[in-house]
Amino acid sequence: MATTTLAPATAAASDARDGRGEALRAADGTPLKRKLERTTRLSRLRAFLLVVPLLAFVVVSFLVPVGTLLWRGVSSPTFATHMPRTTAVLAEWDGRAVPGEAAFAALAADLVDARESRDIGKVATRVNRELSGTRSLFTRSARRAERIDEGPFRAAIIDIDEDWGELELWRAMKVASWSVTPAFYLQALDLQVEADGAIARLPEERQLHVSLFWRTLWMSGLITFLCLLLGFPVAYLLANLPLKYSNLLMIFVLLPFWTSLLVRTTSWIALLQSQGVLNDVFVALGLAADDRRLQLIYNQAGTIIAMTHILLPFMILPLYSVMKTIPPSYLRAARSLGADQVTAFRRVYLPQTVPGIGAGSLLVFILAVGYYITPALVGGQSGQLISNIIAFHMESTLNWNLAAALGGILLVGVVLLYWTYNRLIGIDNIKLG
Amino acid sequence: MALPSYAGPLERAWYYAFRVICGLVFFFLMMPILIIIPLSFNAEPYFSFTSGMLAFEAEAYSLRWYLDILTNGMVAPDEPFGRAWLADMWTNSQWVRALRNSFFIGICATALATGLGTLAALGLARAEMPYRTAVMSLLISPMIVPLVITAAGMFFFYSAIDLAQTHLGVILAHAALGTPFVIITVTATLVGFDKTLMRAGASLGAPPRTVFFKIVLPLILPGVISGALFAFITSFDEVVAVLFLAGPEQRTIPRQMWSGIREQISPTILAVATLLVFVSIALLTTIELLRRRSERLRGTAG
Repeated sequence: MATTTLAPATAAASDARDGRGEALRAADGTPLKRKLERTTRLSRLRAFLLVVPLLAFVVVSFLVPVGTLLWRGVSSPTFATHMPRTTAVLAEWDGRAVPGEAAFAALAADLVDARESRDIGKVATRVNRELSGTRSLFTRSARRAERIDEGPFRAAIIDIDEDWGELELWRAMKVASWSVTPAFYLQALDLQVEADGAIARLPEERQLHVSLFWRTLWMSGLITFLCLLLGFPVAYLLANLPLKYSNLLMIFVLLPFWTSLLVRTTSWIALLQSQGVLNDVFVALGLAADDRRLQLIYNQAGTIIAMTHILLPFMILPLYSVMKTIPPSYLRAARSLGADQVTAFRRVYLPQTVPGIGAGSLLVFILAVGYYITPALVGGQSGQLISNIIAFHMESTLNWNLAAALGGILLVGVVLLYWTYNRLIGIDNIKLG
Repeated sequence: MALPSYAGPLERAWYYAFRVICGLVFFFLMMPILIIIPLSFNAEPYFSFTSGMLAFEAEAYSLRWYLDILTNGMVAPDEPFGRAWLADMWTNSQWVRALRNSFFIGICATALATGLGTLAALGLARAEMPYRTAVMSLLISPMIVPLVITAAGMFFFYSAIDLAQTHLGVILAHAALGTPFVIITVTATLVGFDKTLMRAGASLGAPPRTVFFKIVLPLILPGVISGALFAFITSFDEVVAVLFLAGPEQRTIPRQMWSGIREQISPTILAVATLLVFVSIALLTTIELLRRRSERLRGTAG
């Protein structure tokens, strides 16, 4: 407010300075320029203070949690905390051959301590993530390590289980002992870090994340394309019909938009399952045999159909608001200049809708990439997206670090898309309803 | 977009074909929502129309799934209807408890999101707001970041500060997810706001508080209310954060539907879904009326 009222005064002040070489002063004697600066600063501060409460709230309730997640993806303090002596020895170890007596002595002491504090299970789980099949080795050996009173520890521990003499196990322990580790992010990309710092691909049978990322990308791409394919004609119709019809038809777009996600997913289950409405119709029409009903759900088809339906309004609404601004006279002018219908549409109308296509497609793609509920309920095995594996690691395998790393990678992708959206369309242009 | 009189046969054919295509898309949009309404009156525990339903036999339809919403989880659902039955339903019925949780969490989260969001939108709409785009992108981001990431992060952080499995934790989470909608709707309303009105008020001697409550708030109220409705529906429909953060005491309607779909699928879900469709129709109508009112106030309606 203050800026606009004082703006002409600034111009006058600089004029005056140029003319007479003396600054214009306010009533209290301060130079007008300084006074204006202070007022501007104050009004900037006032605007900012209005935003501060929400900013603080969002930082605490949203940004810090997301930051915690990112930190989880690289932080792995379990082994270092509960096996401090072994960690110290492993830090010095070069990883070329099974270490000597000192390392085994540290190991024996740590195993006993960890068993006493009941943390051996956590340690075992951590190492097991680097080298599967080692879980019971730790718990079993910790129990028996108590009986080792004096050295040589190396022989005594290998006597408990000869796996302790394996180089592979020590290398896994070394990786587990890093309290800040790239291991989870690498695992999320189907890679693994070896004790000497080299990065290698995981064995074929353990590679599952990269293909899932690709699947998420191509399925989101397909869903976006389908939304565009279905949404474009509808948006065109809505933008060009007289207002009284288009307002009515708009309800057909807005009602699904406002309907609960779970309701829509439920109705797709009712429609698509093998004893569901759609299959019944197909059987009644003779399009499918009663004993060979179509498998439309609990697979990729289910995810794609349901998600296209759910995300379609997010495509139609931005397309509509762009098409609404295109004057119909442009098309008529093109026609009157001799362009046929197709050419007029392709050369005159379509280029003007590009901002809407971009906004809608980016929005749908961003939302699709992170979708969880619908694939989880109708996707079966083959229709799962990356969010589902994150939830799976959160809830079932309890490998929270890996879940965090997968989430971190997904987040980077989404933030990049969001940044693109901001650059191309502008954050102010998100419209709802 | 009436068909011009000079249109050739091909153009004429395309004109009608285009309308058919649009009709099919509208059918695709609406059919799944409408189909569950008759299905929820199924007398049999199926998710499809029985032959009796197709023949419109009265006994093929029933309200049993609606009754099940009330009685599922009750200690003594077969008692005669009365005070005791109602009390039993109020405290023990799973769906009723979930509904109470949904409303409690939804209303608290909406109040928080709307209050903070409106205040922030007022700041963001000022031309002198520093770092406007950056701050705005940050505040909108809860809408963009995949829910699984948000929910997992909140699970880690809220567990560490003992907020997981509490109502407060879920409320904070839902408020954070709802604020972007409030900001978007209120800033959109403020774009058309005539700032000279504020100055007029001030020049007539009104202190800033009076100006805000007597002039600004009544004018932006439609935007604030539709933002609040968006925030409410976000919370009312949210399930991922509830899955990660809530314990059995915080079960909401979507959470109850989620386990219903995953574990014991029964047409009760369809009955609940039908009721929710009517909730969304009511919300949509309110939003639409508000939008028209706001357009009228700003004089932009045609």
